[in-house]
Amino acid sequence: VSWVGRFFRFWYDFIVGDDWRVAAGVGVALAGGGVLVVLGIGSDAAITLLSLGAIVVGLVIGLNAERRKRLARDRS
Amino acid sequence: VVEGTDAGSVGLVTAVFIAALVEFVEAFTIVLAIGITRGWRSAIAGVIAACATLPLVTVVVGAALLRVPESMFQLVIGTLLLIFGLQWLRKAILRSAGLKALHDEDAAFREEQEAARLAGHETRFGLDWFAFVVSFKAMFLEGLEVVFIVLTFGLSADAVGLAAGAAVIAAVIVLLAGLLLHKPMSRVPENTLKFGVGILISTFGSLWAIEGLGLLRAGSESLDWPGGDLALPVLLVFWITLSLGLVAWLKNTVAAATVGEREGVA
Repeated sequence: VSWVGRFFRFWYDFIVGDDWRVAAGVGVALAGGGVLVVLGIGSDAAITLLSLGAIVVGLVIGLNAERRKRLARDRS
Repeated sequence: VVEGTDAGSVGLVTAVFIAALVEFVEAFTIVLAIGITRGWRSAIAGVIAACATLPLVTVVVGAALLRVPESMFQLVIGTLLLIFGLQWLRKAILRSAGLKALHDEDAAFREEQEAARLAGHETRFGLDWFAFVVSFKAMFLEGLEVVFIVLTFGLSADAVGLAAGAAVIAAVIVLLAGLLLHKPMSRVPENTLKFGVGILISTFGSLWAIEGLGLLRAGSESLDWPGGDLALPVLLVFWITLSLGLVAWLKNTVAAATVGEREGVA
């Protein structure tokens, strides 16, 4: 692996970590909140709560993936 | 948001102290395994090289962070902190629910020791290169995480000194305990600490990242959470409740599946 590959690998591991779904959930939640802000839709309170809800969904999706993996392993 | 508030200062010091404690225990475990197996000279040289590099990174990153508007700072740092915190929390929840093995510092120590024993001997600059590189990487990576947490928490709350002090105390405690015990600190209840840190970092991360979305509107003024200053303690309680609920959900579903399979087999 070249040093460029190692460089990106290091930052990927440092920032994204073990589960990309959780990081992606944060990205999607904030991007969604950002769109609402740019379009001027919803109050501050609504945008903050919706964004928080979307972040939680990302975490739950990440945890659910692990749960399904474990259940599949138990069945096999 | 946390400026001048007692809850903010207590949260800041607690989060930085516990996070630094966990990171230093991990670094110490690796350096100890390398030092015992390959010799202390190269292992300590790796630690010194990492400790010399970290301040340079801190100055560069810190200077860059000071130059950005508040909402951009909240958005960028809050996002990184949030991802960081959720990863800690995710692992802690999985461990608490029994879906992931508890991190065992004794096992980590044995694995590092075995890897160090099997690695070949290559000498560069008069040092055992394997021992130097592994110790450097361990100290640099764990130290970088601590620097990141100190800077983000410290700059956001305008209390870098307080945050740095908490990290230094954690380092001294780990070093003293390690020297006295001469063994990896497996007695530190790592998952409990990680659970706490994950919740604290996720709390601050979600607060700042979402506030920082205000960067995208005219005037770049941060978004306001409902409840104003009360948002911080409310978010903290929210993340605690959610995490405990998720642990219970995972425990229940896995236990139910196990029982169902047993009944199916019977």
